Amino acid sequence: MSNEITNPLALIAELTHRCPLHCVYCSNPLELQSRANELDTQAWLRVFQQAADFGVLQADFTGGEPLARTDIPDLVRAARTAGLYVNLITSGLPLDEPKLDALLVAGLDHLQLSFQGAREEIAAEISGTKSHAQKLRVLEWLKSRRVAVTLNFVIHQRNLDQLAEMLAIAESSSATRVEFAHVQYYGWAFANRELLLPTPEQLAASIAFFKRAQERLSGKIRVEYVVPDYYAKYPKPCMGGWGRKLMLITPSGEALPCHAAKIIPGLKFENVKDRSLREIWEISEAFQKFRGEAWMQEPCKTCDRRALDFGGCRCQALLLAGDPAATDPVCTLAPTRERVDAILAALHKTPEPKTLTTPAWLYRPNPAT
Amino acid sequence: MQPDPNSHPHLAPGCRLGENNQQCVLLMPERALRLNGPSLEIVRRCDGKHSVQQIITELQQIYSKAEPKKVETDILGYLALLQKQRALDFA
Repeated sequence: MSNEITNPLALIAELTHRCPLHCVYCSNPLELQSRANELDTQAWLRVFQQAADFGVLQADFTGGEPLARTDIPDLVRAARTAGLYVNLITSGLPLDEPKLDALLVAGLDHLQLSFQGAREEIAAEISGTKSHAQKLRVLEWLKSRRVAVTLNFVIHQRNLDQLAEMLAIAESSSATRVEFAHVQYYGWAFANRELLLPTPEQLAASIAFFKRAQERLSGKIRVEYVVPDYYAKYPKPCMGGWGRKLMLITPSGEALPCHAAKIIPGLKFENVKDRSLREIWEISEAFQKFRGEAWMQEPCKTCDRRALDFGGCRCQALLLAGDPAATDPVCTLAPTRERVDAILAALHKTPEPKTLTTPAWLYRPNPAT
Repeated sequence: MQPDPNSHPHLAPGCRLGENNQQCVLLMPERALRLNGPSLEIVRRCDGKHSVQQIITELQQIYSKAEPKKVETDILGYLALLQKQRALDFA
């Protein structure tokens, strides 16, 4: 692999941590940023222009709920005008038809609607909010409008029995793409892990289901799926490699190599208020820390797969092995793989979930103002 | 799955041409494809006005040194690939 620095291809703009949903697997950090600390409109406009000038192709607007910001049409317009492909990842909760039209007029390219299940009951349990019926309304509005639509179903132990219903929702919509994303275990999901991890039988059945769906819907809907790292043989190439393809900007303007990087002790993050994206990407300590291969330990250091998976996920290495420079413990070649196996083995001993009582979820709250 | 020669391909919603570092790219949800030479000539003609057959004929003229049958096969393969990515609709 070449150690040459190339520009990032996508900018993940975490516009706010405010959200009407309280999902038990939210990818936001446990420490949420308040509205008072959010970057203002002008600061984001500067970021989008710098990103486009730097060769970034796509901007992913996410949150929290990005629509919680009232300046969202201005942000979409600015990013699009700068030359970026604009993708909005939303729960759909704050949407109505005029707001949707304003976003499309502003130049939104792609809308990704997240789902917590195929039915109101499970969606409400997972998100701590009544939200499912509104999502179905949004799908109806989208049918008569020209924009790319992706449905994203986050799946786990508690909703894997609804895959066929989820796919039916996608097929009756205008979506050209559907993602089935098994939960990964960081942040809020790590805290709720035992209630979310699927059994090996559930996982195998889901993969067989996705393969059949891909075959049947080829050319109509792109069906994509992500398996839980804990069940993988080799780790995923997290973020396409540290500081290789993606850059994430937090609501307050910190530039991170990935969603969870702030949990890694000792890393110093630069803020877009102080430095340009190019400067941060090329010379900041945080982006250089795990870029390339010099930081790797054995077995990664001499492994043939190191240019494929870049050693896996640094945050997972910290969470499970206690060392962010260790081989991702989900790798079957990792010396710490037994810790993952122990977690999975303990899961099988857990009695069947009692359906009469609601599990003891840790819900993600709204940030303080 | 082979496209019908009489159908008219056009870019699907959320798919459009863009430019990056003086290079043409096809932007689409969660992906971008670099376009150069023949691939760019094909995608430029996916405008809902050209039929698949017209695209083949025009590219056979542009690439007149290449074997016409090979040009046709390559174009059909590329259109099928774009269809699988959901970058094209056929009218």
